[in-house]
Amino acid sequence: MNKSNDEYKKYVERHAVPSPIVSNCVKAFLVGGTICCMGQVLFLLYKNVLEMSEINARALVSATLIFGAILLTGFDVFDDIAKFGGAGTLVPITGFANAVVAPALDTKAEGWILGVGAKLFTISGPVILYGTLASAVYGTVYYIVMLIMR
Amino acid sequence: MRKIIKFKNKPKILSSASVVGKKENRGPLSKYFDIHDETDKFGQKTFEQAESEMQRLALNLALSKIKTPQKNIEAVFAGDLMNQCTGSSYGLASFGIPYFGLYGACSTAAEGLILSGMTVNSGIYEKVACLSSSHNSSAERQFRFPLEYGNQRPPTAQWTATAAAAFIIGKEDTEEFKSYACLAEALAGKIIDKGISDANNMGAAMAPAAADTILRFFSQNKHSPEDFDLIVTGDLGYEGHSICKEILADEGLKLGDNFNDCGKLIFDKETQDTHSGGSGCGCSASVTAGYIMEGFKNGIFRDVLLVGTGALMSPMSIQQGLSIAGIGHLIRISAVDKNEE
Repeated sequence: MNKSNDEYKKYVERHAVPSPIVSNCVKAFLVGGTICCMGQVLFLLYKNVLEMSEINARALVSATLIFGAILLTGFDVFDDIAKFGGAGTLVPITGFANAVVAPALDTKAEGWILGVGAKLFTISGPVILYGTLASAVYGTVYYIVMLIMR
Repeated sequence: MRKIIKFKNKPKILSSASVVGKKENRGPLSKYFDIHDETDKFGQKTFEQAESEMQRLALNLALSKIKTPQKNIEAVFAGDLMNQCTGSSYGLASFGIPYFGLYGACSTAAEGLILSGMTVNSGIYEKVACLSSSHNSSAERQFRFPLEYGNQRPPTAQWTATAAAAFIIGKEDTEEFKSYACLAEALAGKIIDKGISDANNMGAAMAPAAADTILRFFSQNKHSPEDFDLIVTGDLGYEGHSICKEILADEGLKLGDNFNDCGKLIFDKETQDTHSGGSGCGCSASVTAGYIMEGFKNGIFRDVLLVGTGALMSPMSIQQGLSIAGIGHLIRISAVDKNEE
C-alpha cells in the first residue's frame, strides 16, 4: 500500500502473466505463411490457368484475399482466426480488409453518415494517413538519390 | 478516519433478479441466474438497446418475485458503463420510478446498495430498487475495438460480462415473502490512483483501491476475515485479485479461501477463454443477485462482504495517457436472523 507509483508499476509488470511470445510467433508464422502461400497459389492459377498478364494476376490476388477476409469478417469467423494467428493475419492485406469492414459492420446502427461514413476508417485511418505520408517521403528520397546517381 | 456506516435498522434485501447473456449462462454459475438470451440481443436491434432491455427485465422480475407493484418502489438507484448511463435511463424509463443515475464504473452495484441501504435505514424511503448492468458487446464497442475486429488480448485482459441485476431493498418484508438477507454495514471507497495506465490490466489498477477499503474496514472493527463466509471483490479478475491478496498480506491481513472475486466466479478460466476473468457492472451485480443471494437462502452464507470494484477511466483519458484510478465500495450483507453488532 505504501509503494510509490513507480514501485507499484514495476511490481505489477513483474506480477503479470506474460503473453506466450514463442507460441504466438509460431502461430503467426504458420497462419501468415498459409495466407501468403494461398496468395502465391492464386497468382500461379490466374497467370497459368487463366492466362492473365502478371500485373493483372497480382492485382486479382490482392482483390481475392481482401474479398475472402471481408466475407470471413461478415461470417464472424475472421476474429477467431485472428485471435489464433495474431500478426499472421494482421500484417497481410487480410488484416487491413478486416480493419475496414469490422467498424463498418459495427456502426450500421448509427446510420450511413455519422456511423459507417465517419467511423469506417477509425482503425485503418492512421495506416492510410501515415502510409501515404511515408510513401511520399520515400518517393522524395528516391527522386533525390536518382538525381545524384545520374 | 472515515467511519463504517452501520445500518441499525437492517434494510432487507426483499428480492433480487439476474439477467445474463449466452456466455455467462454457459459459465459455472449458470444455475443461479434467472433469465438468459442465446443471442445476447434480448429481442432488440442493437446491443446498447439490449442492455437497457436487460435492466427492464431484471427490475420486472425482481418486482414480480415478491408480487410488488412498481408504484410501491419509491426510488431506483441504477447505473451502467455506457456513455451517460443510457443503459439505465432507457431501460428504466417506462417504470415511472424516481431515478438516481449512478456512475461508479464496475462498482455501481455496491454503490447502489450502499445508497439504497442509507436511504431505507434512515427512513427516507420504505422500498427502493438498485440496478446495474453491462453488456460485453456495448462495452467492447465503446472501450475497445469493433466486435468483428481481429486482435489478440493479453493474459491480463478481462472479459466484460453481459449481465444485469436488480435488487429490491426495503424496511419490512412483504406479507407473503420473507427475506433472507439484509444490509448490515457499508464503507465507501476512495479514489485511488497508483499510476497504472494499461487498459488491459484493470485488475492491477483497481487492486489497491479494493485493498484500501478492506484494510480500513478491518482496522475499524473487531471482525477478523474468518468471521465471514465470503469476502468477495467485484471484478479484479485473477490478476488483480492475486495482487490485492498480496497487498493485504504485506499489510498483515491474511485472507484465506473465503476471499474470492466475482470476476473469477462467473466464468470458467479453462474453457471460456476469458483470460483474467469477468468484469463490468453486471459481473458483481449478477453474482451477488444470483449466487450470493441463493447462498443466503440455502443458509450456506450467513455473512458476506462484497467489495464492488471500479476502474474510473474513459477511452479518452486512456488516449491522453492518464493513469487509471480505482475504487472499492464495501457492503456487508448478513443473514436477517444473525444477531450481532
